[in-house]
Amino acid sequence: MAITTAPGITRTPGRPASPYPSGPRRPGLGRRVRDNLTGHAFLIGAVACFAFFSWYPMIRGVVMSFQRTRRGVTTWVGWDNYERILADPSFWAAWKNTFSFTFLALLLGYAVPFFVAIVLNEFRHAKGYLRILVYLPVMLPPASALFLFKFYAYDPSDAGLFNSILTALHLPTSQWMQSAEMTMPAMVIASTWMNMGGAVLIYLAALQNIPGELYEAAELDGAGIWRRIRHVTIPQTRLILALLAMLQIVATMQFFVEPLILANGTGTEDSATSVAYLIYQHGFFQNDLNGAAALGVIMLVVLAGFSAAYLRLSARQD
Amino acid sequence: MAPDTASRTLVSPAQLRRGRGRVVYWTLLTVVVVGFTLVFLGPLYWMVTGALKSGQEIAQTPPTLFPKDPQPQNYVDAWHNLDLAKLLFNTFYYAAGALVFQLVLDTAAAYALSKLRPVFGNLILGLMLATLMIPAMVLVVPQYVTVIDLPILHVNLLDSPFAIWLPAVANAFNIFLLKRFFDSIPEELMAAALVDGATPLRTLWSIILPMSRPILGVVSIFAVTAVWKDFLWPKLVMPSPETRTVSVGIYAFSGGTPMNVVIAASVIAAIPTVLIFLIFQRNIMSGLTTGSLKG
Repeated sequence: MAITTAPGITRTPGRPASPYPSGPRRPGLGRRVRDNLTGHAFLIGAVACFAFFSWYPMIRGVVMSFQRTRRGVTTWVGWDNYERILADPSFWAAWKNTFSFTFLALLLGYAVPFFVAIVLNEFRHAKGYLRILVYLPVMLPPASALFLFKFYAYDPSDAGLFNSILTALHLPTSQWMQSAEMTMPAMVIASTWMNMGGAVLIYLAALQNIPGELYEAAELDGAGIWRRIRHVTIPQTRLILALLAMLQIVATMQFFVEPLILANGTGTEDSATSVAYLIYQHGFFQNDLNGAAALGVIMLVVLAGFSAAYLRLSARQD
Repeated sequence: MAPDTASRTLVSPAQLRRGRGRVVYWTLLTVVVVGFTLVFLGPLYWMVTGALKSGQEIAQTPPTLFPKDPQPQNYVDAWHNLDLAKLLFNTFYYAAGALVFQLVLDTAAAYALSKLRPVFGNLILGLMLATLMIPAMVLVVPQYVTVIDLPILHVNLLDSPFAIWLPAVANAFNIFLLKRFFDSIPEELMAAALVDGATPLRTLWSIILPMSRPILGVVSIFAVTAVWKDFLWPKLVMPSPETRTVSVGIYAFSGGTPMNVVIAASVIAAIPTVLIFLIFQRNIMSGLTTGSLKG
């Protein structure tokens, strides 16, 4: 490579907040770019990938949602795609399912890992083994894990894993994915099993950062275990709890593989259809890429709304 | 962590060692160890042994814990009928390429952003991090359209490994991890290298990279497992049976293939990532905790 000088390094011995503080002798833009060609050369590959596969598609998605391509001719159609998407009978079912999945997944996938992390953090033995166990499902390809659930756990006959357990406990068995009511809980259980390992490990790291003196002081003040959790553990991990809540909302609202593999997409009477699945269906089955793009924009707006509400709430708390 | 060096947590160590606390501790530990083994390892055991059962035995109530008459033939059938060798090779090839592209391009970018500090560096970093806010599902359609006809170059990347490799580079999380690690390397080292007449490339290669092995390991593991676990994207951009990944291939065959053969194939597909995990679990755990949260 023909890079022989290193002007970029000499410039910033003290690393200011912005690489070019607006001083009186700020050189012109062209000059600054020329001075640091090396830096730009190192960036160019990654920037090109972002431009082609993230930034450009982002804009393109919004543009596409107002266009329609027929026989190779693209025309501007305004809100037509949005109207068609809203008229889809599955649209509201998909949103309802997405919200209930997100809600249930938060209940299970949020509280359970936190509780598990608190308990694991108390143990002085078998720690490594338990951590490996919780994280193991995260490493399985989702398709593998979901076929396991589909064929074995949710087998609607009495031979299925869950039904055998229910029978052994003298509880009524279930049709699982074949019953519209059980579809959602079944998908949430599978998804939580697959994904909770990551959250547990992150909580564990956060718990280990809590200074032990706080617990000691609380104990001296006569606080029992529950009050110590409420007044020490939760406030001390609040930031991470809030961050993970946000990440999980965004991640679970995009659930797609669960309906596709467990419920063949829609489930009984649209009981499994998700917004993400609807995007897939419009785009790649009904050959309606523009409609799918419009649905994508709707999803983006809803999630941005969530993020904004969350930021406002967390700003108020501080 | 050794029992004695463990710092104080919710319950005091003294309380755990005393009579009642000790009984509760050991009971709880046993319950959790047994419970977790059943919940997290149990299904995997069911999967591996279930794939050894005959169709008849699978349908039997109550289910058998051990296959009465193990049929390794299911695994052999899965291997041959689904052409798993080809599917696994494809997946491995995509994962390896994504790893190389990410290591080269993302490391170079993080190095530039952290140490060379080009004009607009912070803006570019901000734009990269902003992509973390955009849900993947929202981008799927326009990304697919882009891959079919790449702007300016007008090439179609369908069925080409580049359709997986190049988008993998646009990974803001890994760039962020690498940049944060490079930021922690003292400027004095850079200055010393400069005095010795080293070029930026030379400095990266001889000073920064050797110091960054831990984070490079973490990024590598994330890069490989992300490709291995991905489903929708390879399903869309690798439509031909010859270019499929293993997850997509199993899904494509799941309709007309006996259940235990599909499960056997799922077991085989899961082996590489599980092995990676068992070998590198220390690095994965540390990467998860250092990377995201100690802010």
